[in-house]
Amino acid sequence: MVEPNQLTQHLETFVDITRSPTQQDDSLRRIASSLENDTLSINQLVREMEMYLTTTDDVVRARGILLLAEILNSLKQKPLDNAIVHSLIGFFTEKLADWRAVRGALVGCLALLKRKNVAGVDVLAIAKAMIQNVQVQSFALLERKLCFELLECLLQHHSEAIITMGNLLVYATCEAIDGEKDPQCLMVVFHLIELLAQLFPSPSGPVASDASDIFDSIACYFPLHFTHTKGDEASITREDLSRGLLRAFSSTPFFEPYAIPLLLEKLSSSLTVAKVDSLKCLKDCAMKYGVYRMKKHYGVLWSALKDEFYSSTGTQLSFALESLTSPGFEMNEIHREAVNLLQTLVNQDISFLGFVVDDIHINTVFDTISRHSQYKEMPDTSKLDVLVISQILSVSAKASVKSCNIIFQTVFFRLMNILGIVEIVSTGDVFPKGNSTVSTRLYHGGLHLCIELLRASKDLILDFEEYSPTPGCAQESWCSIVKSFSFPLIQVFTSAVRCSNNDCAEDVYFGVKGLLAMGMFWGGSSPLSRSEFEKILMTLTSIITAKSAKTVVWELALRALVCIGSFIDRYHDSDKVMSYMSIVVENLVSLASSSQCGLPYAMLLEATSEVCSTGPEHVEKMVQGFEEAFCSSLSDFYVTGNFKSIDNCSQLLKCLTNKLLPRVAEIDGLEKLLVHFAISMWNQIESCGVFSCDFNCREFVEAAMTSMGQVVGIALVESQNSIFQKAYSVISSSILPAMESIPLTFAALEGLQRDLSKRDELILSLFASVMIAASPAASIPDAKSLIHLFLVSLLKGYIPAAQALGSMVNKLSSGSGGTNISSDCSLEEACDIIFHADFALEKKISSNGSGPSGLAWIGKGLLMRGDKRVNEIAQVLVECLKSSNRSGHALHPSAMKHSADAFFILMSDSEVCLNRKFHAVIRPLYKQWFFSSTVPILESLIMNSETPLSRTMLHVALAHVISNVPLTVILDNTKKLHPLILEGLSVLSVDSSEKETLFSLLLVLSGTLTDTKGQQSASDNAHIIIECLVKLTSYPYLMVVRETAIQCLVALLELPHRRIYPFRRKVLQAIVKALDDRKQRVRKEAIRCRQAWVSITT
Amino acid sequence: MVTGLINENPIIYPKKERRVRTDSNNTDEFAAEPIDQLEIFDILSLDIKDPEHPYSLEELKVITEDSVEVDDETSHVRVTFTPTMEHCSMATIIGLCVRVKLMRSLPPRYKIDIRVAPGSHATEDALNKQLNDKERVAAALENPNLVEMVDECLLPSDE
Repeated sequence: MVEPNQLTQHLETFVDITRSPTQQDDSLRRIASSLENDTLSINQLVREMEMYLTTTDDVVRARGILLLAEILNSLKQKPLDNAIVHSLIGFFTEKLADWRAVRGALVGCLALLKRKNVAGVDVLAIAKAMIQNVQVQSFALLERKLCFELLECLLQHHSEAIITMGNLLVYATCEAIDGEKDPQCLMVVFHLIELLAQLFPSPSGPVASDASDIFDSIACYFPLHFTHTKGDEASITREDLSRGLLRAFSSTPFFEPYAIPLLLEKLSSSLTVAKVDSLKCLKDCAMKYGVYRMKKHYGVLWSALKDEFYSSTGTQLSFALESLTSPGFEMNEIHREAVNLLQTLVNQDISFLGFVVDDIHINTVFDTISRHSQYKEMPDTSKLDVLVISQILSVSAKASVKSCNIIFQTVFFRLMNILGIVEIVSTGDVFPKGNSTVSTRLYHGGLHLCIELLRASKDLILDFEEYSPTPGCAQESWCSIVKSFSFPLIQVFTSAVRCSNNDCAEDVYFGVKGLLAMGMFWGGSSPLSRSEFEKILMTLTSIITAKSAKTVVWELALRALVCIGSFIDRYHDSDKVMSYMSIVVENLVSLASSSQCGLPYAMLLEATSEVCSTGPEHVEKMVQGFEEAFCSSLSDFYVTGNFKSIDNCSQLLKCLTNKLLPRVAEIDGLEKLLVHFAISMWNQIESCGVFSCDFNCREFVEAAMTSMGQVVGIALVESQNSIFQKAYSVISSSILPAMESIPLTFAALEGLQRDLSKRDELILSLFASVMIAASPAASIPDAKSLIHLFLVSLLKGYIPAAQALGSMVNKLSSGSGGTNISSDCSLEEACDIIFHADFALEKKISSNGSGPSGLAWIGKGLLMRGDKRVNEIAQVLVECLKSSNRSGHALHPSAMKHSADAFFILMSDSEVCLNRKFHAVIRPLYKQWFFSSTVPILESLIMNSETPLSRTMLHVALAHVISNVPLTVILDNTKKLHPLILEGLSVLSVDSSEKETLFSLLLVLSGTLTDTKGQQSASDNAHIIIECLVKLTSYPYLMVVRETAIQCLVALLELPHRRIYPFRRKVLQAIVKALDDRKQRVRKEAIRCRQAWVSITT
Repeated sequence: MVTGLINENPIIYPKKERRVRTDSNNTDEFAAEPIDQLEIFDILSLDIKDPEHPYSLEELKVITEDSVEVDDETSHVRVTFTPTMEHCSMATIIGLCVRVKLMRSLPPRYKIDIRVAPGSHATEDALNKQLNDKERVAAALENPNLVEMVDECLLPSDE
């Protein structure tokens, strides 16, 4: 309940203009809410407000009326009594004449007009008062906008009431909008014109009679120029305004006598925006005004349009691979709009085509087109002629079936004549020449025109088929024309493709483009017979298989085949699918598996994979073909020792990895095919005996490992299990038993000098890659023996075995939890076996470089899942770095180096193992955890290190840990870390072999310098930081180090002046030397740095 | 004092497409990349503005790439610039800016030679002499007004 005095208070607040807007809004909201929940009635309120509404104080009256209006505005949902509405309208209508209070009156009228229960009389009263008493253009922006909105509301929602006002309404609207400049208001204004045009569509109505005046009031805005991009009108863009204006222009056919001449005039302007807008607008107007009204402008329109085509087309015809499926030249916006307009005009009225076909200029071009045979020999004017006319004709042909018929009837025979395909018999009839001779000279201009027309008709079929289900194109005359020429045309294009001169790259291009255009006619209504289509495919395929080097024509032909393939796949053309499959896909796949062709194998694979990626059936075929090819090549290698076969195998696997695997998500069923491929890889390797010769097949093993790993990585768990089963059966029948007998003791391993045979190595590597990529849910058969196997191989220095072990300890379920029963070995058991071998490992480290990195991979697996046992491994590694270990003597330097680098493996992200792709178990923040547990140990060891070597190696290890942890962790500890980092930098800078480590550490330092968090500590350590950086500006081994050091020096200028000024001299001396650096990038940074340091003055 | 601008409406030329450096020798850590024409042109064109206008000397074609001659082995560089007008009194300032910029950017071993393009300025000889006289340059740089003007021109651009 609002107390009367409380209400007065609210009223006072709102009316008092010295109060803040928030207070006023608040009081408005309070009054409105008490009306909403009926604690106050409108009558009460009006009585209470009487004084405010009628006072002679202008300000108070204006505020009072506004308050009432705003209250009504916020009560839109509340039904009001008819009588109340009537009397309120009466009040506000009267106040429209009171210019001081007009804002409130406008808001009130608008709020009331939006209600359902407004009587026609009231509407009329408002409209009349509005017309008589309101001078719109004399108001400020806000009031003007309200006026326009009021008019809009009247026209939109109360049209039946005010239609009787007729001329008066139109006149008043024109007067109101005359000279309006505000974008927001203009948006409403343009809509007003549209509404008026809708309201009075009759040719004897007021809009028709006043069309000239109305049009005049909006014509001045064309072409729209509006450059504001920011500010409060942010919501309105030039595009919005221009669209509004275009709609207003095309709102009624009565504008035609005024609009078309204006638009044509603006089209001839040199402003791009004007041209584009005119073309857009002409298109809309042509559709809206209708054929009858537009007809008289056709002549002028055509010549203007032709000029636009000429001025917006360049003479550069592209012969690039990408433009095989496009007209081949750049199109700007003007050109695109011109195309739209031409298409609309032809589509709407076929008689417009008469202007195009009868154009004298076009006809002379046909006569002169055969003067030059080569495109590049043509003068620029004829190039332009050819491009423009091909564009005009193809756009018109694309517009409708009728227009396509006319164009083909009039120009296609002439074209065929130019190309020498047709002969004109004395009677005047024309006949296609049989398959006798084809003209020896190819006219590029003619070819281009011909190809563009064919492409246009192809697009037409597609549009046509999309709209009507029955293919009816075959009966059309253009289709029969193309049909009658299809054979010689294919011959012409084929002979162009086959051209073998050096200077006929363009011939070849046109040939391929022509064949492509012919090959893309759609299905049932295609003018091409099946045999003709197959001939095209055969021609293109033969180009691919015949060439022995990667030439332009090879790439073009491949591209064309891919285009045809994806086209067929997209439109499901069953006949053509079969042809394509048998001629292209099967042909290439069988070549790939027999490898008996002149084409280099890599190119053959590229062609096959490109062509086959066009459809799922093709992919299936290809994977099967590849499988066969792999098996036969591999067995060929085993039998004959042919190196080429094994090389082919590796290429094939690489192709599989690079081309197919990334597309697994797109192609259904590919996963199954690939798993099958992987299993037959295992089968093949199983059935092959010993390598017949010793051959370093590293490349093959690597390719096989990558493919195997990736396939397992993407496979489902069941498929992984079946691969595991297969792989286990292979490994258990070959190397596993032999290995299992070897005890994990130092003595036994020491005696084990014999290396693995090549075949065993391959099997072991492949098995390791399966293990690396397997998901934690996959079941590992006989895990304990496998761990043993991997351990032995690791101790023999075999790194993939270590990665596999790391992957196992990362993914095995941890024993007692019992969630995963698929494995017969728990994490605890695995660790027991591994750590039991610790003793052997530690010994081994001293003599073998792979010991520490193997250990690191196992550690990484544990670390990533957050297992504490990683600390034991870290302990072993740290022990190796000490100057004297438990047994009292130092390790060999290279072993120390390997142990230090093992920290890199532990901390960095790896591509080959233990990543998300390979389903690694990753505990959040594991790096931070390791960082905080390791850094203190390393720090204290550095303090107490006795020999320089040990100290260097400890710093290397520390640098690896620091540079691989997220920077935020470093930033939290800069105070402690800065001295360590700086000492590390100076220790590492001595040795060239640590340059990469040094660089990553320097990057960490630069990260701390640029962040505000690190700057406090940087400021404390400024002197040592500068000293260190100055030294690094002349670091000889790595350019990026010098560059980064100089950048860091620039970053230091952010520190307080008093901290850095003392070092100015020192830095400048160093920088002057850097100005003479041998690398240009360093010099550039030095110039910047010098400028920056010179300009700090006292 | 000068009341108006000396050249009120200079012709602005579009910036030329930069020659792209071939990064082939970047792979070799120890291969030397001698200071060349383009590098010096970059130094001069990026940061020096015309004393009167907010345009770079490149845009006004006061300096072009071909107007820089450099020999890294003998540590010699010669820059020939073309003032926009024959009587441009700003030519000395421009010349001084070029010299100061090069002094700050090149290693001290370099000898810098600044010249006005033959026939492009009324007092060509006097200007050349003035710009290459060590003592006069040093004296000019003692003058706080001149230094301020030069520094103004050499403020790094926002590019």
